[in-house]
Amino acid sequence: MSEIIRVEHLNYVYNPGMPDETTALDDVSFSVDEGDFVGIIGSTGSGKSTLISHFNGLNRPTSGRILIDGKDMWEQGADLRAFRFQVGLVMQYPEYQLFEETCAKDIAYGPRNMGLDEAEIDHRVKEAAAFVGLSDALLQKSPFELSGGQKRRVAIAGVMAMHPRVLVLDEPAAGLDPEGRDTILSQIRDYHEKTGITVLLVSHSMEDIAKYANRVLVMSHAKLAMYDTVENVFAHAQELLELGLSVPQVTQIFLKLRQMGLDIPTDVYTMPYAVKTIQKALAAKQAKGVQ
Amino acid sequence: MLRDITIGQHFPGNSVLHRCDPRLKLVATIAYIVVLFVAPNPVGLALSIALLAALYKIARIPGKMILKSLKPIVPIVLFTAVLNLFFVTGEGEPLVHIWVLKIYAEGIRYAILLTIRVCALIAGTSLLTYTTSPIVLTDAIENLLRPLAKIHFPVHELAMMMTIALRFIPTLIEETEKIMNAQKARGAMLDNGTFTQRIKALVPVLIPLFISAFRRADELAMAMECRCYHGGEGRTRLKQLKFTPEDMRCTVIITAALLIICATRLFVPGLA
Amino acid sequence: MPNEEPMIRVQDVKFRYDPEQPAYAVDGVSLNVRRGEFVAVLGANGCGKSTLAKHFNAILLPEAGTVLVENMDTRGEDHLYDIRQKVGMVFQNPDNQIVATIVEEDVAFAPENLGVPPEEIRTRIDEAMKLAGIYEKREAAPYKLSGGQKQRVAIAGVIAMRPDCLVLDEATAMLDPHGRSQVMRTIHQLREAGISIVSITHYMEEAAQADRVLVMSRGRIVMEGTPEQVFSQTERLHSYHLDVPQAAELRDELVKIGIPMPGNVITPDRCAEELYKLLKE
Repeated sequence: MSEIIRVEHLNYVYNPGMPDETTALDDVSFSVDEGDFVGIIGSTGSGKSTLISHFNGLNRPTSGRILIDGKDMWEQGADLRAFRFQVGLVMQYPEYQLFEETCAKDIAYGPRNMGLDEAEIDHRVKEAAAFVGLSDALLQKSPFELSGGQKRRVAIAGVMAMHPRVLVLDEPAAGLDPEGRDTILSQIRDYHEKTGITVLLVSHSMEDIAKYANRVLVMSHAKLAMYDTVENVFAHAQELLELGLSVPQVTQIFLKLRQMGLDIPTDVYTMPYAVKTIQKALAAKQAKGVQ
Repeated sequence: MLRDITIGQHFPGNSVLHRCDPRLKLVATIAYIVVLFVAPNPVGLALSIALLAALYKIARIPGKMILKSLKPIVPIVLFTAVLNLFFVTGEGEPLVHIWVLKIYAEGIRYAILLTIRVCALIAGTSLLTYTTSPIVLTDAIENLLRPLAKIHFPVHELAMMMTIALRFIPTLIEETEKIMNAQKARGAMLDNGTFTQRIKALVPVLIPLFISAFRRADELAMAMECRCYHGGEGRTRLKQLKFTPEDMRCTVIITAALLIICATRLFVPGLA
Repeated sequence: MPNEEPMIRVQDVKFRYDPEQPAYAVDGVSLNVRRGEFVAVLGANGCGKSTLAKHFNAILLPEAGTVLVENMDTRGEDHLYDIRQKVGMVFQNPDNQIVATIVEEDVAFAPENLGVPPEEIRTRIDEAMKLAGIYEKREAAPYKLSGGQKQRVAIAGVIAMRPDCLVLDEATAMLDPHGRSQVMRTIHQLREAGISIVSITHYMEEAAQADRVLVMSRGRIVMEGTPEQVFSQTERLHSYHLDVPQAAELRDELVKIGIPMPGNVITPDRCAEELYKLLKE
């Protein structure tokens, strides 16, 4: 698999030289393979938002490099806009950026900025709308008539329609009800599976990260604390708790059992795996009982 | 960056000037501006600058803050000074005569006078905002304008509006930045392009910003209702403005200083 | 305490935003909120739970039925401010509730509106800020605070009215996990201080901490009971587009494959205890 994002010794300092100077990113290095679904976690102020805005060229590194598909974003003469079209960014509460008369026009805003022809724009709008389950009737409505969850999906479609190679989403499910949350996240997963596009998902919900991501990147105090597969990261549940992060409730249950003195694995982070682990433990106990 | 814009900069501290009754500071600032225009002679101006310098010293506000407050008006001051220099005609022969431009002694005096007046005026009002938090200043304005409420002037409403505006400026600046970033990520050209292109590119920023401001206003109104807001009638205040003996002493000193500056007019000939 | 008069009595309330439309946002709801009780209201978006909550302090008035707050009818205009003082309300976005540029000035806003004498305002706001855990931040500018801190400023601003009931309308929805747990801790403290809490939320873990859970769907209350009673009915909750906490989900999954688990397991701690009993040697 080829590398789509490479971050080398990235440092970013807010207000350098001022009394309120703060280091938001401290020597962060990692790379993301094309087609990965990476969950990004970290408490507020850990630097994860600053990190993702770098992928889109919204912040200029104080030092270090960011390479998208092998090309340095901030090299002399590099076209920043071209990079922005390769990395689609869906910010937090993206519904607040909608402005057009109809949803279709709003979704078309990005593709139009790319200078595509009308036929292609039209095709992309329909395709993106389908990914997020927006009907044709809805597309002709004003975005301001829609429900919160629908608006959010229009905003996400607006970025998908740009055909980015990497889709970055900052808490796409924040503030939604459980159903809205599941709908949006599973649509993103389907989109990822169908298109093979790399997805970076920032979330505070460990349950969601455990459910959708295959790799997890943990930020803590401006540093990269962990970057590994989901299983390996949640196997360090205790460390995550020490970093001030939570772990999925199922993982909490198994941590508790271990504390109570049971010999049980603690890298459990999904429901099916949890059930299987308990079944296994029960079988082992019964086998012992028989002996 | 938008973040760098601050309105009504406050430089917290605990000097006499910081503690002073805001009403006194407000009135004194206005009086100071009047005095600047009443005493247009070298001694008077020198004294008013000395007074300001002394007050800055007492308030422990670093000199570079004065420069910072003057920076934005430098072009305007220079421009008007130059205009004065060339277009004020005086009696007698011009001092310098180049092509059609004539500079008279009056012109030079006018230019100097104007520069000093405007700079002192800005530095003086900045001292007020440096030593007084916007909210306290709003209280002072409300308090001073209270007599106008009798003739149905909406004093309380005005003060409330100012408070809310001050409260929401940072929020809306942050929001503007967020929306700008979101549209940039969708390929909006906000940083480059021709003037008309840039104006056009602002539409996708301004529409969401307005919509959000209205939504915020709506929610805020409801939250205020929930907290029993019903206008200024029967309202009490947590912080009562109190005129202390210390304020009294300050009043005496400031009044004396300003009177002395005014008095120079009687003995020293004016610049204009 | 159960014998006492309910603090809020809602009887057959119906409400619609547009009288031309046949659909009611709140469609015949009756409920009581007892003194000192913590009630969580769950429901998918658009089920009418926020609309219902706005009836508790006369922001909205019922089209039919009555809402009584300590026996005062919300439709009577004479005691509008008495009702709003008794039932405080906190909304989702903390940024849109804070009026002043300094924390303590904002907390003082409601007592100022109520015409409380200045010295007493001071005592009240100090007490409110301590209760909400933001006393150390009293001189800060609200925009410099974190989401959880801002929301606690908003709570303190309401508590300063010394209400008997606090209604939280998705007050934790915009917060990160840390901010959420800060607010939850504050809620428990308020309850200990004897204030009734009505919390509208999407977070099942928060609802699991309540005394009573109400589930709304299409403007009606469709389920009611202790968190244990409500969260043991996974299928039914799913039909109302709601989740159960993961602990309850795990219990369900285990029961499905024939592993016995009691129905009242809804928190990780309880779940671990039950599993321990099951698995210990």
